Amino acid sequence: MKVTVDFDLCESNAICMAAAPEVFEVRDDDFLYVLNENPGAELHDKVREAAERCPKQAITLED
Amino acid sequence: MSERRIVVVGASLAGAQAAQTLRRQGFEGVVELIGDEPHPPYNRPPLSKKYLAGETDYDSLRLRSMADPDELNVDLRLGLRATGLDVEAHTLHVAPAEAGAGSGATAEPHTINYDGLIIATGARARRLPGVDLAGVFELRTVDDADAIRAAFDATPSRVVVIGAGFIGAEVAATAREAGLEVTMIEAQDSPLQRVLDRDAGMAIVDLHRGHGVDVRLGVGVASLVGDDRVSGVVLDDGTTIEADVVVVGIGVIPNTEWAEDSGLTIDNGIVCDATCLAGSDVVAVGDVARWDHPRYGLMRVEQWDNAVDQGSYGAKRLLASWAGEAVDPYAPIPSFWSDQFDRKIQLSGMPGEQFEIVQGSLDEQRFVQIYSDAHGAPTGALTWNRPRQSMQARMLLESDADMAEMRDTLGG
Repeated sequence: MKVTVDFDLCESNAICMAAAPEVFEVRDDDFLYVLNENPGAELHDKVREAAERCPKQAITLED
Repeated sequence: MSERRIVVVGASLAGAQAAQTLRRQGFEGVVELIGDEPHPPYNRPPLSKKYLAGETDYDSLRLRSMADPDELNVDLRLGLRATGLDVEAHTLHVAPAEAGAGSGATAEPHTINYDGLIIATGARARRLPGVDLAGVFELRTVDDADAIRAAFDATPSRVVVIGAGFIGAEVAATAREAGLEVTMIEAQDSPLQRVLDRDAGMAIVDLHRGHGVDVRLGVGVASLVGDDRVSGVVLDDGTTIEADVVVVGIGVIPNTEWAEDSGLTIDNGIVCDATCLAGSDVVAVGDVARWDHPRYGLMRVEQWDNAVDQGSYGAKRLLASWAGEAVDPYAPIPSFWSDQFDRKIQLSGMPGEQFEIVQGSLDEQRFVQIYSDAHGAPTGALTWNRPRQSMQARMLLESDADMAEMRDTLGG
């Protein structure tokens, strides 16, 4: 799985971080950092949840 | 057994999410998704912000969960509204929605048999009673947003927003950023008293006043005046504010009237148990669902996050009941956000009785405020331009963290 974030859309709501903190981190500078662009299978459900819950639909996943 | 049919009534965020989840969970029967608007499922939060500002178009609003109903093998039927329900007989009555050109527009009223029903009919904007003037709007749908935008673009455009809740405040901010003259009227003496303490409510007022919005507090609306078109808003104190456009943001009403004779319990929403089950083979999700939250009791949540989560949960719940599997109650920590000017306001958890700012300050308009109950146990957190801490708060609340842990992590 490959995780891509459209940073033009991202508004740092940090909802992805709550769903998959192993992969998404919003830091004190208010920017989102993708910690792991190719998360392992054990994280796929969480990452899918993060993508679904992004209110800006800014997270794209490719299998 | 013949093929099972699940009908999802309501094709906005929660309904679309539920339909998608049914497929994700491997349900192979028929999935029918019914919506009363003519438009394919779309995302509402930008309607009061970027979409209203003209910074983004309808295509960008389309919900990805329902981007390709054919691929998901979901029978998406637009322009149809529910008119009745018989839970015992497992039948749903539908009719063409009055306006719009959806696929249901040419259909006759008819009855749909279902094996499982997911109710996601949402809520509609509350209207000012007895007002029938052009230039007065509520904001709930993309059509509403288009109409308001067109009114903003017409000149002159003096805007009055009635209600300083989140929708009202967002519309006021968007209108002001478009250079319009904006007055926002709030009947309470500080905004959002249900969820904010007075200081935080006044911080919203200060934010708006700082950007040139004329905010009137503690005064109600007596009447709207105008011939065919609105020309002014008369306040309780006798003042008249001239207006070309009035946007009313005074809350929503759950869409339950169609289900009144269904056999379901209806009381400010479709009343459900702790697992969102409303009746035999019926679950309710999203804004319309009033379920028995294990932590907070009966509640109805009008929030984006909840529509996604409860939509998923409801679909799984229905399938689990057929598989004879037990499910955990639906027990989320509510959270939502509001963007006003350059501030991102987020609330995780529930309102409290005590309020403590542990980072930043109201003056900076950037802070973390922890809510706690009368015994000092944390109930929620309000943040301004602190998204990381907002989500940390949500996670801490989920794990029943105490005040010391909250202060420690969020105080930073």
